[in-house]
Amino acid sequence: MANGWLHLFYAQDMLRPLFAAVLIGFTNGVLSVFIVLRRLSLMADAISHSLLPGLAIAILLFGLAPATLVAGAFLAALLVALGTQIIANSTRIKEDTALGLLFACAFSLGQALLKLAPAHVGISEYLFGNILGLSDGDLYLTYVITLLVLPLLVLFQRPLLLMLFEPSIASTQGVPVRTLRYFLMVLLVLAMISSLRAVGIILALGTLIGPAATVYLFVDSFTVMFWVSGLLGAFASLLGLLVSDWTDLPAGACIVLVLGVLFLVSFLLSPRYGLFRRLRKGHLHAQSLARWEGEKSEK
Amino acid sequence: MFVLAGSLGDTLRGLTTLPSTLMAEHVLAIKDLTVSYRRVPAVHHVDLTLRCGRCVGLLGPNGAGKTSFLKALAGLVPMETGTVEFGGHNHKRGPGSYTAYLPQRSAIDWDFPTTVRGLVEMGRYSALGWWRPFRQIDREKVDKGLEAMELTDLAERQISALSGGQQQRAFLARSLAQDAHVFLLDEPFTGLDRPSQDLFGQILKRLAAQGNLLIVSHHDLRMVPALFDEVILLNGELVAYGPTEQVFNEETIARTFGTHTFSGART
Repeated sequence: MANGWLHLFYAQDMLRPLFAAVLIGFTNGVLSVFIVLRRLSLMADAISHSLLPGLAIAILLFGLAPATLVAGAFLAALLVALGTQIIANSTRIKEDTALGLLFACAFSLGQALLKLAPAHVGISEYLFGNILGLSDGDLYLTYVITLLVLPLLVLFQRPLLLMLFEPSIASTQGVPVRTLRYFLMVLLVLAMISSLRAVGIILALGTLIGPAATVYLFVDSFTVMFWVSGLLGAFASLLGLLVSDWTDLPAGACIVLVLGVLFLVSFLLSPRYGLFRRLRKGHLHAQSLARWEGEKSEK
Repeated sequence: MFVLAGSLGDTLRGLTTLPSTLMAEHVLAIKDLTVSYRRVPAVHHVDLTLRCGRCVGLLGPNGAGKTSFLKALAGLVPMETGTVEFGGHNHKRGPGSYTAYLPQRSAIDWDFPTTVRGLVEMGRYSALGWWRPFRQIDREKVDKGLEAMELTDLAERQISALSGGQQQRAFLARSLAQDAHVFLLDEPFTGLDRPSQDLFGQILKRLAAQGNLLIVSHHDLRMVPALFDEVILLNGELVAYGPTEQVFNEETIARTFGTHTFSGART
């Protein structure tokens, strides 16, 4: 493997997964901004588990055809996400309660249904991904979803920013906050489906949270965070795939671990919000001095 | 999704601002306003006509419906009965962008990745819609808002690195950039120390003197005469409204805070 990784750039077989990984990494990276800032990480976790019953029903009815598997996953996730919103919006039950209950039920249902399926189903690659075995169908699906999700996020950047920051002010400014929330959920489910075959639903979470969590430790601008998170997601996917090729470890795991290492380093060393910065003596004093001078200047 | 795109664009573009010549003589006409939560009324049949150029205190005990009243004016909770009109604009389909709502400070995520300038720029989005880039006039309005709130020097700070009073002013600057004339402030003095309270009070008075209407919910009765030109005393129902020196006295305070005039469905 010493001179091994360069072949990625020559071999036609390797260009496909690389391209898919970069696309998925970028889309998920941009989406991660919304997940981190709207505190939807647990929601995303729950939705990723909710895909299972949809997959199981699709296998039972239609076998392992990719199209029906994807449709089933989409419907299941959508039902859980929308059900959660409807319960939370129309009763005193809060969102986390509704979501926790619904996703546990959905996952259990999926597990039970899988028992009924023929003995051997290749479900493990849907759970953990297989980026090197992407079919043409999988690839086209990723293209279509990326071409749908990314432009929509760019287009709706302003209303989404207003909603993320403060829904009630956004609402007085004419932003249809509730509709935008559903809209964000739909995009999230689409991105998960796109990631399904490549990194698997569990590892997709890493790319849907990691990039923005890392960038959040450096920047104070939403627009910068939006684009840099996308770039970071793409970069981590590329690097993860190279590391995987190098070490013969699973690709999905490598991508997420690259993101994890990047986050850890940022958490420790970020000049503005990192741990060491906080531990350094004088910081608190400098901050309070700056604040005091700011208040003095206004009198 | 594309249907949504169209309707959102219309909503954002449709919110026209009023010409500034209109603002001074305009009134906010509230007729028969009732707000309910799950069929329990929080605000009952309130009739009020508020004139621009005043700083109006909204007073009442906890649970008197102050926040509900403000939220109804901001279009955040539906009105069960009644109408709200400002300068010929009916609030039936939401307030226009001349209305600015400032939620309680605890409701804001101060770690959000934005600087003070970024926060004030958000005020321009309703005029710009979701596409158009910032024009010269937008930048000027942002600068003016920052300047009026004395935040120009702090414009590049992240918003959590401000004091409480500065944070409140940053939101006012956003509202100014939005060309708001009706300011709805929910307990803005909470958590401010005495000097910051005084400064913020002066700024509110200045905004009122420039022809804006400010409705400010508040609970510290000692500060009322110094802060507000007029007061609304609310306890589920409207108890009294008028100039502070006429209406704000022991008798009305006792009626608002002492007895329970609330006639809704509860004990």
